[in-house]
Amino acid sequence: MLDVLRRIRAVSGKEIRQLLRDKLTFGMIVGVPLLQVILFGYAINTDVRHLRAGVADLSQTQLSRRLVAEAQASQVVDVVAAAPSAQGLEQLLRDGKISIGIYLPPDFDRRAMTGSQPAAQLMVDGSDPTLLGVAQGLSAMPLVSRDGPQPPARALFELRNYYNPEHRSAVDIVPALIGVILTLTMVLFTAVAIVRERERGNLELLITTPVSTLELMVGKIWPYILIGLIQVSIVLLLGWALFSVPVAGSVVDLYLAALLFIAASLGLGLLISTLAKTQFQAMQLTIFTFLPSILLSGFMFPFDGMPRVAQWIGQLLPLTHFVRLVRGVLLRSADLAEMWVDVWPLLVFFALTMTLAVLKFHKRLD
Amino acid sequence: MEAAIETQGLTRRFGAFTAVDGVNLRIPRGRVYGFLGPNGAGKSTTIRMLCGLLEPSAGTATVLGHEMPRDAETLRRKLGYMTQNFSLYADLTVRENLEFMAEIFTMEAARKQQRVAAALEKYFLADLASRRAGSMSGGQKQRLALAAATLHAPELLFLDEPTSAVDPQSRRDFWDRLFELAAAGTTILVSTHLMDEAERCHGLAIISRGRLVAEGTPKELMAGIDALVLEIETADPQKASLALRDEACIKSVTQLGTRLHALLKKDTPSPVKKLTDVLQKAGLKAEVLETPANLEDVFVASTSFEGDDPVARRA
Repeated sequence: MLDVLRRIRAVSGKEIRQLLRDKLTFGMIVGVPLLQVILFGYAINTDVRHLRAGVADLSQTQLSRRLVAEAQASQVVDVVAAAPSAQGLEQLLRDGKISIGIYLPPDFDRRAMTGSQPAAQLMVDGSDPTLLGVAQGLSAMPLVSRDGPQPPARALFELRNYYNPEHRSAVDIVPALIGVILTLTMVLFTAVAIVRERERGNLELLITTPVSTLELMVGKIWPYILIGLIQVSIVLLLGWALFSVPVAGSVVDLYLAALLFIAASLGLGLLISTLAKTQFQAMQLTIFTFLPSILLSGFMFPFDGMPRVAQWIGQLLPLTHFVRLVRGVLLRSADLAEMWVDVWPLLVFFALTMTLAVLKFHKRLD
Repeated sequence: MEAAIETQGLTRRFGAFTAVDGVNLRIPRGRVYGFLGPNGAGKSTTIRMLCGLLEPSAGTATVLGHEMPRDAETLRRKLGYMTQNFSLYADLTVRENLEFMAEIFTMEAARKQQRVAAALEKYFLADLASRRAGSMSGGQKQRLALAAATLHAPELLFLDEPTSAVDPQSRRDFWDRLFELAAAGTTILVSTHLMDEAERCHGLAIISRGRLVAEGTPKELMAGIDALVLEIETADPQKASLALRDEACIKSVTQLGTRLHALLKKDTPSPVKKLTDVLQKAGLKAEVLETPANLEDVFVASTSFEGDDPVARRA
């Protein structure tokens, strides 16, 4: 037993040494999360100004004109077009001539004064996620009337989010980013690490030594678990420091969820390593699994909005469940036990890929 | 004394192709034993079966008294294996590679230090200890590979075409090391397709198309060749070769520069006159001499007789 541990330590010691020596890979470990968080985070959180807006003012009252004037005074929007109707605004949105449409219905004054219904609508091209935050800011803008009756201080606007019904922001993106980064690095690094050993002939030497298949796999893999946890920490710290992403739930739960997901990703990486003959093939296979993960996991597009078939495929991907877990823990302070529905698929995925990988690996020796 | 390796009818098939066909071997301990054969003859497959990397399709192999592949795991510590291509880590230094091998064989720290230091000394690697293995020359890499393969003091060492990427001087040094190891009691099994290497072995097995076609010491093999060897010196060896190839008594003709080596059936009467006549008829003046066989002749005689074109040409 002691010998087993010593051999595992020998393999992982060698692996860590090689990793530290490989400047590019080491750079990726820190660089990928750094860059992604900053890119994704800022792209979403940027304080957008001078958005092109279109106005359809059907009421043409003093109050309606003041609303438009104040919106423009906020410098968030520049009114560049006017439309005769809501349909006209939609057309402008579709054509990409404007990013935001302000629709003021004929009974705007009455709505604004009674407050029974939202007085106006903001139409937003939600396919661009940065716009949503802006629209929300606008909709909260108070309308102060200096003369005449004061409208009640409540939402004047009803936010109509076109093309993207789900609200999103850095707070939503950054937690999910942990999963995306781990998918990329964990799957790719493990797949390549083992294929490289085979490609360079190291494996031929190792299989004549006392080190066993399982020892070799464990020894090669666990440094990557460490790397995964380091990356989780980098993303969390950056998210917290730059975008005030909260950690509402328990940190322990979060790292447990990350460990689960890392395990599932490593299983997949190992499986890929048994299928690929060259490092290049390993990379291709990784991309092949990476793209659906990004697109169908609910990271890029809202899960509920996807076609049924896409949802089924999404359910098979570990990233889908991890995105829910991490958002749950970070934003809703849920604990893992509550989210068992998303915990067991990760466990099953890990068990399945590991079993397949170990079975396949044994066969390849002969 | 018990043999280091003993096989009986060792066979390995890959689908319909038989890579190793009923090989019977007996290799004594403490010797350098060579596998000589062309590429694809089944040398590597045989070695892999003897290390327990491949299961035999039929037959048995006993290695150091253990049955293979059943006892492969227990034998690992007693076997050393040097692969055909450099298989240590190019991005680790010489010392790191050796230390890694020592750790894989679970050596205690003190023993590890001592074995690594001794190996660096013995294989002239001390000055290169902190060089990355990938940046070394072929000869240096080969020394490192041998140092790594013998670090755990194996009783039996397999070398698969060890000197294919090495200059002649490094090759000589390498063989000196092998004889030192053998003198210290290590049994060494080396596969090669180089005649000068084969000639150095204590014992030799010539393997062709998966079969063991000749076995013995190089001297025995050369003396016992089943052919007469005639050396022909002529101005036009190409034409002479063509003239000779159709003669029934000739088994093969090999060109060696401006000379030809012809192998004749052993019972050919007055062979020198016979060949001189044949060449004269073809309008060629030639000097024909009966000579003792060299290892190349033995190799040609035992590998290229069955049905093939009898003219094997070597530049």
